[in-house]
Amino acid sequence: MSILHTVNKSPFEKNSLDECLTHSTDGCAILLLEDGVYAAMQGTNVESAVKDAMASKKVYALGPDIKLRGLSTDRIIDGIEVVDFAGFVDLSESNDKVQAWL
Amino acid sequence: MPIEVDGKTFETDEEGYLANLNDWVPGVADVMSKEDDLELTDEHWDIINFLREYYEEYQIAPAVRVLTKAVGKRMGKDKGNSKYLYGLFPYGPGKQACRYAGLPKPTGCV
Amino acid sequence: MSKIKKFMYVNRRAPYGTVYALESLEVVLIGAAFDQDVSLAFIGDGVYQLKSDQDSSDSDQKNFSPIYQALGDYDVSKLYVEKESLEERGLTLEELMPLTYEDEDDDWAEKDSIRVVSRDEMAELMDQQDVLFNF
Repeated sequence: MSILHTVNKSPFEKNSLDECLTHSTDGCAILLLEDGVYAAMQGTNVESAVKDAMASKKVYALGPDIKLRGLSTDRIIDGIEVVDFAGFVDLSESNDKVQAWL
Repeated sequence: MPIEVDGKTFETDEEGYLANLNDWVPGVADVMSKEDDLELTDEHWDIINFLREYYEEYQIAPAVRVLTKAVGKRMGKDKGNSKYLYGLFPYGPGKQACRYAGLPKPTGCV
Repeated sequence: MSKIKKFMYVNRRAPYGTVYALESLEVVLIGAAFDQDVSLAFIGDGVYQLKSDQDSSDSDQKNFSPIYQALGDYDVSKLYVEKESLEERGLTLEELMPLTYEDEDDDWAEKDSIRVVSRDEMAELMDQQDVLFNF
């Protein structure tokens, strides 16, 4: 049973990302969107937690939300896959269910 | 109340500002000014066009004192003063000119 | 006339995800009509509001970052950005929008509005205010 987890809150303001990372299993997909995309950037205080998770989980980030916030895709943590809205739909379809960490 | 310009209908809000600023065509200013019994001259158009450029750059309609200062900087002191601007737009250069320019009500006009 | 008061607007949220940043900006612009000594503080995720290159072309939300450029016209020229908040987010001053104002007392010379201060300095600045608004 595969789950797509989505995180739409800033990791510095809410513990949504933390709780997602501790309640998700190996092989799952995690999509960062809206303010959640800040967690995808290099050089932040949460970078190591995200990288640790990436050892066993696949992490994605939503491109339009990265662009809106003035963040550069060059500065995304290596290995995070940037997807567009169509990619988001594909991810929802290829997983059995979606858990949205609000 | 919606206004008619060249046979086309434009929605406005309860204060007469254009509902969608992307709809704007110069004819909107002509129709609105006629309703106010005001004849638009080149001097009026300078201010209307200036406001549209300001909005394009900053995404807000400037308050009247901000407009006055900015006009003075761009077009000279003889135009960047309330006397000149109120002479052109007696209902208030911020509100009236912004309305003609299809902008929302100025931010910071109370 | 009553004494000029020191007003500080404290911005703590990222733009777009919630409406706080835009609401704060609108209150600042409206409040600027009342000649007070206004400053803006950016702490925590608030520093993201000033990130350069915000681009809404792939998004259905409006990019409101150009409004920060108008603050100088509204005589709002003191934007304090907390150093530690930038560092925690892997950001530098160079990645923020350049924001300037024209100094009336110095022959309208163009000057930077953004000042990076430490967390301790920010606490001091807050102590000096008469009125604080927290968004």
